[in-house]
Amino acid sequence: MSTTMLAGREIHVDGEGFLTEYDEWDESLALELATQIGVEMTPEHWDVIRFLRSDFAQTGQTATTRRVQAVGGVPVKQQFALFPKKPGKKMSYIAGLPKPAGCV
Amino acid sequence: MTDVETRPAIVPDFGDDEETDRKLVIICSKGNLDMAYPGLILANSALGEGIQVDLFFTFWGFDMITKDRQTKLKFSPVGNTAMHLPVGGRMPQWLSPFPGMTWVATKMMKKQIDDLGVPPVDEFLDQIVASGGRLWACRMSADMQKLTMADLRDDVEDIITAADFMDLSEGAQTLFI
Repeated sequence: MSTTMLAGREIHVDGEGFLTEYDEWDESLALELATQIGVEMTPEHWDVIRFLRSDFAQTGQTATTRRVQAVGGVPVKQQFALFPKKPGKKMSYIAGLPKPAGCV
Repeated sequence: MTDVETRPAIVPDFGDDEETDRKLVIICSKGNLDMAYPGLILANSALGEGIQVDLFFTFWGFDMITKDRQTKLKFSPVGNTAMHLPVGGRMPQWLSPFPGMTWVATKMMKKQIDDLGVPPVDEFLDQIVASGGRLWACRMSADMQKLTMADLRDDVEDIITAADFMDLSEGAQTLFI
């Protein structure tokens, strides 16, 4: 297990840098995580991140891009615009959640 | 003493700084419901990883992009020895061509796909195009089936020849499904 310093605190992460203790996350940390990967948070970004957090709380799984569209109401095209190239991984990283496990 | 190691910020490398020229071309040649999905799932995953994807539809694969056929793909257990029954055991081969079996098998498979949250073929293609994937149709198949661009999904880029396909697939990893 590793820890890393972000937003002035110590957080637990896996080898890649994804949070492993999901309760250590809050929105100020999300801002910092976003900055780390060059994403500037806007209200549209927050919509996605807050949906991922609430969906994870209910299902115990990180929503895929498909689910973010179908249930979260954010079209896939917009997800690619907000989190370029690798939306699934980038969204989950900023939300402090594991990478989506589903194939679709 | 602690078993926790503290290091400078660990940040995932999403490869944004590297200019990748990785490209995937998937040839979809089947019009059965079960064989439509491998190409769709791989295309969708690749796009989600920032890989450029082109889908080339040929022969029976045309049903996946033909407007009035893409929602009517069927799955038949005929000739499929890997068809297992929900109650256990394999489906006997003599039973699979019976009237109504294709209907039942298709219905079952559609439900299983839906239960996993995987979209039907037409919606899946919507998602692939929204993710930046491009759809191409084969010239010879169009001519054989007497289909034109008007019969195909509006987001099909073009009907192209085998020679055009060579240009399209240059430097790409190509999968034939």
